[in-house]
Amino acid sequence: MKRKMEISELIFKIVAYVFLIVFALMCLYPLVYVLAGTFSSSDAVLNNKIVLWPVIGGEGSYRFGFTVDAFKYAFGYNMFWVSYANTIFVAFIGTIWCLVYSILGAYALSKKRLLGRHGFNFFLVFTMWFAAGIIPTFLNYKATGDALATIVGGQDWGDIDLKWLIVLAMGMNATNIILLRNSFEGVPTEIEEAARIDGATEMQVLMNVYIPMSKATIATVALFFGISRWNGYFWAYKVSNAANQSYSWPVQVLVRDLIDNETDITGKFNGDNSHEFANQGIATSVLYSFIVLSIIPILIIYPFIQKYFAKGVNMGGVKE
Amino acid sequence: MFKIKCDDFLTCDEATGTYSMSAEQQVRDQTEKNRWKNIGLTILKDWRLYLMLLPMVLVYVFWRYMPMTQLLGAFKDYNTPGANGNTENMKWFGLNNFMNIFVGSNANLFWPAFRNTFIIAFYNLLFGFPMPIILALFFNEVKSNVVRSTVQVLVYLPKFLSTVIVTSIALILLNGKSGGELGALSKIIAVFGPNNEALQNALNSGIFFEARYFRSLYVITELWEHAGYDSIVFFAAVIAVSPTSYEAAQIDGAGKIQQMRYVVLPSILSTVVIMLIMKIGGLLSVGYEKVYLLLSTGNMSASQIVATLANSWGDGKGIAAEMTNNLIGMILVIGANTVSRKAANVSLY
Repeated sequence: MKRKMEISELIFKIVAYVFLIVFALMCLYPLVYVLAGTFSSSDAVLNNKIVLWPVIGGEGSYRFGFTVDAFKYAFGYNMFWVSYANTIFVAFIGTIWCLVYSILGAYALSKKRLLGRHGFNFFLVFTMWFAAGIIPTFLNYKATGDALATIVGGQDWGDIDLKWLIVLAMGMNATNIILLRNSFEGVPTEIEEAARIDGATEMQVLMNVYIPMSKATIATVALFFGISRWNGYFWAYKVSNAANQSYSWPVQVLVRDLIDNETDITGKFNGDNSHEFANQGIATSVLYSFIVLSIIPILIIYPFIQKYFAKGVNMGGVKE
Repeated sequence: MFKIKCDDFLTCDEATGTYSMSAEQQVRDQTEKNRWKNIGLTILKDWRLYLMLLPMVLVYVFWRYMPMTQLLGAFKDYNTPGANGNTENMKWFGLNNFMNIFVGSNANLFWPAFRNTFIIAFYNLLFGFPMPIILALFFNEVKSNVVRSTVQVLVYLPKFLSTVIVTSIALILLNGKSGGELGALSKIIAVFGPNNEALQNALNSGIFFEARYFRSLYVITELWEHAGYDSIVFFAAVIAVSPTSYEAAQIDGAGKIQQMRYVVLPSILSTVVIMLIMKIGGLLSVGYEKVYLLLSTGNMSASQIVATLANSWGDGKGIAAEMTNNLIGMILVIGANTVSRKAANVSLY
């Protein structure tokens, strides 16, 4: 039965559309702004001349235009490449490491016959309830870093490449493991039994039955791990700075260092000119290009995984 | 002499006067032995599963449980001469660290930080919780798939940007006067915002460094980051409502508001309650990374939370402060979980 739209429905619809479009534009605008900033001259950036499109020129003659100076400096700066490589390394190896132990652990936890299953679950979930805090965590990173250094024949954690500590020790997430466990529990046992009758070992069952049947969840979890690795700042900063190891900086730490020390954006401007382009007064526009370059990989993979995470989140979020 | 009644598990050999295990007890004993044997056998049989569990357990022991041993530092004197920052060499300090932050010389730093943690978390809940629900209801209203998925792609996006990038962009857009002009968003606020002097002055000098505006800005950036993504769960609940329910309501003459009130809200209520309980459970775990990145001398009176305060202290009283905060947080989580199990028969863990 086709009926006429009531006036209240029409109003509601209009409100919904307007609200959503405004909100979407609000989410988009900051990125557009920063993108415009990267293609603007440093004078225009420094004097807040940008609104929506790139602005070039200096003092009194600002106009619409386009320059790639900021990228030139960014690409010519060693530290940028080092930190970018660090981020790629940490994101890639770190995600694989987290995925490996999470999938193995979640598979074992999904087995009802595992003795002490409740104990192991509690062991995992307790870390979601209570965290030791910043200082104990830091002291522990230092202790385990020192231990790692001793194993490979060094004195203390300054002697090892701290990227390895970041890869091994950070990015843990109990929620992701539970997400995987729930997904594995949803795999019908008949299929597993069939595989076992055919003589599959535990590992073969996992590789050939469980993993292919939980692709969506694994993709989601891999995405969560990868993003948190790519975006990790606080601990990478604490650890690499305490050990005076700026060559282990990920790109996030570099961006923040630039903001704190070369620009007055945070109000903590030290003006230490430790970045080689800073004394030319272009730190702010180069900063914009760093921001853009650090977001690009996320923007590239984002459309591909978008359909997965909506599914994955809904599957694993709440368990009755 | 008195005789112990022990026929149950002992038999007495009258001739020699020696005691031995009764037949019943032997059976019992054997099952008891077998129990452990069986457990051992099961573990042995499933050794592959335990091997699979091992890497995860080791990672969690090393980097989640071992830090907890450092909590002992809360009961140690960091000013012990010759300790050299090594907790083991420090003298025991009893509850002095706790006394120091609760009633002692640092109480005037700890309690404001505790209050800030709570207020920021509360505002976040108050404004951050309804927003995703509203978004989900509105998403449901958009029948065009192209428009809806475009909007969804855009509003989920901020969630995937790092805290450093989000805070950097926020600071850039709300920049104070530089070269005679305000940052792009500051300009808009200056024009459309209330025309009071305090606000304009704050905008000129960088509104983020002003304590009185910090919480609002923090909550807005949180909304910007999370509202879209958090709407996924609610949207899934909203589209699960059967179209026939709407039709039935429409035939009964329900307008849009009434449909919302009597059809949609009751259907998504359980999801809403669960998410609310979950949020309340996480109330005190304010994301310290973001606060740390936005902290400055100007806004400290509103922005200093327990975690950042502890981080700046870096000693026994810092550990004590954060431990207090996290313990209360844990009680909230467990309490929320218990409530949800009792009320909705849903347990999150």
